[in-house]
Amino acid sequence: METVWFCLVAVMIAMYVLLDGFDLGAGAIYFLVAQTNEERRQVLASIGPVWDGNEVWLLAAGGVLYFAFPLLYASGFSGFYLPLMMVLWLLILRGSSIEFRNHIQSAVWIPFWDFLFSLSSLLLAVFFGAALGNVVRGVPLDETGYFFEPLWTNFQLGDHPGILDWYTILVGVTALLVLMMHGALWVQLKTEAAIRERSASVASWAWWGVLACTVLLTGVTFRIQPQILVNFKTWPVGYILPALAIAGLAGVQFELRRGKELNAFLASCAYLLGMLTSVVFGVYPMVLPARNPAYSLTVASAKAGAYGLKIGLVWWIVGMLLATGYFVYVYRTFAGKVAANSDSHS
Amino acid sequence: MESAVDVHRLHFAFTVTFHYLFPQLTMGLALLILILKTMALRSGDEHYNRSARFWAKIFGINFALGVVTGIPMEFQFGTNWAEFSKAAGGVIGQPLAMEGVFSFFLESSFLGLFLFGEKRLGRVGHWLSALLVFLGSWLSGYLIVATDAWMQYPVGYRLRPGGDIELASFWALILNPWALGQYAHNMTGAVQTGCFVMAAVGAFYLLTSRHIEYAKSFVRVGVVLGVIAAVVQMAPTGDFQGVMIARHQPVTLAAMEGLFRSQQGAPLAILGQPDVEKRQLDNPLEIPSMLSFLTYRKWSAHVSGLDAFPQDQWPDKIELLYYSYHVMVGLGTIFIAVMAVSVFLLWRRKLFATRWMLWVLMLSAPLPYIANTAGWLTAELGRQPWLIYGVMRTVHGASPRVVAGNAWFTLIGFMGMYTVLSMLWLFLVYREIEQGPEPDEKPSTPAPASRPATVN
Repeated sequence: METVWFCLVAVMIAMYVLLDGFDLGAGAIYFLVAQTNEERRQVLASIGPVWDGNEVWLLAAGGVLYFAFPLLYASGFSGFYLPLMMVLWLLILRGSSIEFRNHIQSAVWIPFWDFLFSLSSLLLAVFFGAALGNVVRGVPLDETGYFFEPLWTNFQLGDHPGILDWYTILVGVTALLVLMMHGALWVQLKTEAAIRERSASVASWAWWGVLACTVLLTGVTFRIQPQILVNFKTWPVGYILPALAIAGLAGVQFELRRGKELNAFLASCAYLLGMLTSVVFGVYPMVLPARNPAYSLTVASAKAGAYGLKIGLVWWIVGMLLATGYFVYVYRTFAGKVAANSDSHS
Repeated sequence: MESAVDVHRLHFAFTVTFHYLFPQLTMGLALLILILKTMALRSGDEHYNRSARFWAKIFGINFALGVVTGIPMEFQFGTNWAEFSKAAGGVIGQPLAMEGVFSFFLESSFLGLFLFGEKRLGRVGHWLSALLVFLGSWLSGYLIVATDAWMQYPVGYRLRPGGDIELASFWALILNPWALGQYAHNMTGAVQTGCFVMAAVGAFYLLTSRHIEYAKSFVRVGVVLGVIAAVVQMAPTGDFQGVMIARHQPVTLAAMEGLFRSQQGAPLAILGQPDVEKRQLDNPLEIPSMLSFLTYRKWSAHVSGLDAFPQDQWPDKIELLYYSYHVMVGLGTIFIAVMAVSVFLLWRRKLFATRWMLWVLMLSAPLPYIANTAGWLTAELGRQPWLIYGVMRTVHGASPRVVAGNAWFTLIGFMGMYTVLSMLWLFLVYREIEQGPEPDEKPSTPAPASRPATVN
């Protein structure tokens, strides 16, 4: 049962990355693709009706993580105290920017929120990447099941690592490039004319960065987290996941050249999904690897009581069916290109 | 502030108090907007649709602030209260996760449609989106109250061998009698905030002779629903809460009432300052035997004072608890009076011309916020020294590795950020009120056509 929940939490986090990933990416490339006020308004309109719902995946995944693996929630969240609080501040700034920007048409009001929106989106992408890097690298858990990581130490992977070291920074930069590509493909899909052209070109140069980082990271990661290699050797069927990522990444370039916007975006989704599931597959059965492997939290050590996990599955399935229904409905209602001169508040 | 746990308490208290300024209005307004949309649908009068559109703008600003200040609440269980989360996450994680899965997806999906999709959805579709936003926000309220109720009155759990707590009955947790009572009390509080704000905006317009027809609708809807909410707030919902506390947290009742000495025919303190050191109430203004009657329906009933309990069971901030409770009850009483007089004047068709009453309505707008905040302070301070009543003490719940210095760092960060958000909130909401309900851009039907339907 705990393995089922491990997979379900992974699915929810993956959904979060796929969905909020494109609106974070849209924020990160904001100034690159949109130059006039009207163009920026269009980029915002492309995520306006959906970003809030996308962000709910983070909250819902957090909630599910909480009741299914309470020890992981307690240990991980208190150990990542400082960066998580900064993520919260960035989420506050970002949400406020999107919601308040269009309230006043002023030459000081709008650029201020534009700047905050783009900066907070960009930093969130880096922070989420660094967080993933920390999990893969392992954290300094001890026999109490707790740890506390400072923001940085000496940027080396020792026994006392910080949130930021060369590896986690590398993952952070990769995440930024990946989400820039993902966001650019979304904006390309939703807009026309100049923004569309610029998004396509951002996506294609980001693609080369993603390719380089993916190759580099893959090589490094196998050495940093040996469990990954063990898992792939034990269950070779797992190779399907990195294969999906490779196919997705190739697909992005292929579809981008053919000018198929939707296919390119979906290929990017496949790449993200493949990468994330490869990592998740690789660290299983650990949910939070420790620098000293003896103290790693596993699905078995972090799980909640059996009854709660069973009853949770019942409402989870019902809730997810409903949520999927809402998302399909909302995305269909707001399907198509954002009109160049529409008022997003009408 | 010597120990980290005090900073963690202040951290949670500050962020949750600020957060709840927004949901209490949006939950109340969700109902009021649904009422306006229903009136529009039934009467076909565009006036109510435009009213709803105006309130949807205020709703949108508050909802956004509620969302961004709400995310930190869920995270803080893990970041600041790790020992508590480790022990009880298997139980309270259930309603919190359900909130995300059942309410937030619903709300966020249909709020976008409600705010941006009026033209695409059509009349019935748009009404339906208002209904779904209402359902989502009220369901969210229930699941949060159920979480708190479990900490007040833990049910449906058992202890695991390691000392952690696991869920034993899902339905006991969800249908906790404490949760049902607290929810009813809490939601009438939210409806009052919505009603007072709506009536205050109407009164403001009437006093400044603007948007007269809208103003009358706002005042009318606000005070008619407001008087019902104000009465239900006191009884049965408030009364039920009092009885539950007397039965299950008697030491809390004694501290709330400032009753230091156990006695028969215990008096109800209206005013007075508790002196915890000397164990007495200074300058008391009391109604004899009233507390006994309210608690046990018998004038001579015996009520336990603080002296009946060992001191390590007492709530640790008795003074603040006492004042929170008295502020809540005092304001609740004033609300009944204000709303009752307003409804009487409305019935006599004098309200819109009675300027002093409009002044009172306008100036009352902040009061339900204070009352709701005081109510939550009463509940949470009253639960002390327990984090989970009778099961886990607050001092044992914090994160062991997060030192006071780190907690202060982030608390100060939140204080700075929330100060800025407060200013933005006041500025943007005032701007919407200044702009008023009639959009100058493109009225969807000629304005005069809607007027005759609204008399009074």
